Amino acid sequence: MTRTWRRAGFTSLAILLTLGSALLFLACGGGEDAGPGAGTEDAAARAGAAGGIPVKAAFVYVSPVGDAGWTLAHDGGRQAIDELPWVETAYTEAVPEGAEAERTINQYVRNGYNLIFTTSFGYMDPTINVAKSNPEVTFMHCSGFKTADNVGTYFGRMYQPRYLSGVIAGKMTESGKVGYVAAHPIPEVIRGINAFTLGVRSVNPEAKVHVVWTQTWYDPAKEREAAESLLDIGADVITQHQDTPAPQQAAEKRGHYSIGYNSDMTSFAPKAHLTAPVWDWSVVYKKVAEEVRDGTWSSGQYWGGLEDGVVGLAPYSDLVPQEVRDLVEAKKAEIVSGSWDVFTGPINDQAGAAMVADGESMSDEDMLGMTAFVEGVVGNVPG
Amino acid sequence: MPMRLELRLERSRKLEYLVPVVSVALALLVCGVLLLATGTNPVSAYAEMFTEAFGTSYGFAEVLVKATPLILCGLGVMLAFKMLFWNIGAEGQLHMGAWAATAVVMTGWDGSAWLMIPAMMFAAAVGGGLWALIPAYLKVKLNCNEIITTLLMNYVAILWVAHFIYGPWKDPVSFGFPMTRQFPDGAQLMRFGDSRVHLGLLFALVAAIVLYLVQEKSRWGFEIGVTGGNPAAARYAGMNAGRNMILVMLMSGGLAGLAGMAEVSGIQLKLLKDISPHAAPYGYTAIIIAWLARRNPWGVVLVSLLMGGLYVGGETVQITMKLPVNIVLIIQALILFFVLGGDILSRYRLVYRRGVSHSPPSGGTPSAPPRGDGEVLGGG
Repeated sequence: MTRTWRRAGFTSLAILLTLGSALLFLACGGGEDAGPGAGTEDAAARAGAAGGIPVKAAFVYVSPVGDAGWTLAHDGGRQAIDELPWVETAYTEAVPEGAEAERTINQYVRNGYNLIFTTSFGYMDPTINVAKSNPEVTFMHCSGFKTADNVGTYFGRMYQPRYLSGVIAGKMTESGKVGYVAAHPIPEVIRGINAFTLGVRSVNPEAKVHVVWTQTWYDPAKEREAAESLLDIGADVITQHQDTPAPQQAAEKRGHYSIGYNSDMTSFAPKAHLTAPVWDWSVVYKKVAEEVRDGTWSSGQYWGGLEDGVVGLAPYSDLVPQEVRDLVEAKKAEIVSGSWDVFTGPINDQAGAAMVADGESMSDEDMLGMTAFVEGVVGNVPG
Repeated sequence: MPMRLELRLERSRKLEYLVPVVSVALALLVCGVLLLATGTNPVSAYAEMFTEAFGTSYGFAEVLVKATPLILCGLGVMLAFKMLFWNIGAEGQLHMGAWAATAVVMTGWDGSAWLMIPAMMFAAAVGGGLWALIPAYLKVKLNCNEIITTLLMNYVAILWVAHFIYGPWKDPVSFGFPMTRQFPDGAQLMRFGDSRVHLGLLFALVAAIVLYLVQEKSRWGFEIGVTGGNPAAARYAGMNAGRNMILVMLMSGGLAGLAGMAEVSGIQLKLLKDISPHAAPYGYTAIIIAWLARRNPWGVVLVSLLMGGLYVGGETVQITMKLPVNIVLIIQALILFFVLGGDILSRYRLVYRRGVSHSPPSGGTPSAPPRGDGEVLGGG
């Protein structure tokens, strides 16, 4: 008897739970108070006061905001415009690159967002596809090359601070081996490696930059392993084109120096971190939001450098001697003034053949399509 | 109060179906507590997820898109599980299917869809099937643990695909980014109306019907059921377990391969790295689906739709309620947790006893779960 009772008790508990959750669903259908539109009116009122269209800006991120790197940098930009009274923002993290992203972008459009930033290369085609059927929405795609009437692109000349950080690495290395943990073999990354190497060898002509590919933007374990393999072969400064501070931590653990990327990573490896080439996307996001508000936005390709502040160096750590800082500041002033840029000849490729002739400068087009390493890089471009 | 587990003499059919339902409810309940703790009203969050996924035509279309590869992989995994072959390799079989379908396109062929699509489907089914054949053969001939082999072969398949999209198949105008060029029109699956729902959904439903017929109506389906239920009895009855295992894995891998083809030809329109989402890959989600579906093809369809709804609804609440991406993953993990727990309860009875008795348990204890179910925990 007890057995039957127990079983009946379990069954009814189960049924109650199921019914309960079903009821929850039903109950809430009516209780929805804050629809997607509610915030818009607010923003509209505020924008009305300021004059222009209220901006609802959405951000599609490739990794979690907690990555402490690429996405954190974008989110810093988002927070900066979120403070403006006429802007409302939202974001989605860890959106897969490729067609899956179409749904996320579409959902923002359907929820009334009129400005959408897609912040990774792999969102290029999805952005273009969604933009086609939503001409009233403004799209900005980071790091791509396809544009449309309502799709613009934006990026920064990260190679400039990369070069400057290379100068520091070249001064700080004792073994003459610098390690570079790199994500995907695409022009953006290759350009960074080349610029960094040119920086290293401008002050240390015999030094070499060793490259290891992880083929992922975001994977703390893989990034750390890659850094360790570089430390194993004697690299004593580690830098990275990755989204997490894992390589920084690997360098600190072995008592060597490191140079971060994306955002100031000092707090993760205080005894190793020298500086980091960093993004300040608020520069771009503020400008675009204002243009959308005023109705003056038009499609184009933005590629700003040190002079705009969209890229820069994180504050030097105490480990960087004054003499090195002065050297870097002098180079920086040259770049900002426009009198000199990184890819100015003579530059040789890995085989020693001329890539850029003496006195010539590489065109933006060539820089954007860069697929080969310069002299001084150890490693190769897969594919 | 001491309590212990006693083996049920008879498995309750009611419990068999109740366990998945209760597991989902409990998972939502526990996740609700988490949501509450982060200051979100779980009731409105779930309601929003549900109405977006199943209450809007756009949302539902996207649920179908998401469910398509899940149904195909889920059916494949279910079939293998039915024979107690723990196929954890749907993810790799999906990648090999996608690769083989792409290989057809990469020959430069630009023909009519009437020829190209069947050729790609065939290639994908063979690609996925052959990939699954390797662990099946190793199991039959050398008794290699299939959980290990199928799982490890996933990584090989993913790297195999990576090799081609970084190397010989890389689109020359992709600025070096790892992806093939877009497939020609003839290699793209037809889509329904303005939505992204594509012909792959039809493959999935036809596969469910075929599997149902095989399982319920054919002698071979019966053999598989018997072998899974009681391998020794099957052997005495003269059934060829080895041959059946090979055939089952060919089909299982073929179905996952077809899922890969449907993804590249219906949704991505090219081969690239992330054909299966990083956070919750189709091939692994299929394991949860096969388990929840009680090895029933219609159950697989139903649960795949629910999982699709969870994704699509989960993405919506990320946007409208600013919830973190991990909430969907937590719900998924909780569901699996409760299903596996519930499975033990459906086989064993919890017995409370007042007063301490040191007599050894009369029934079996679940220190070694029968039918090797516990092993899946380790693999999945």
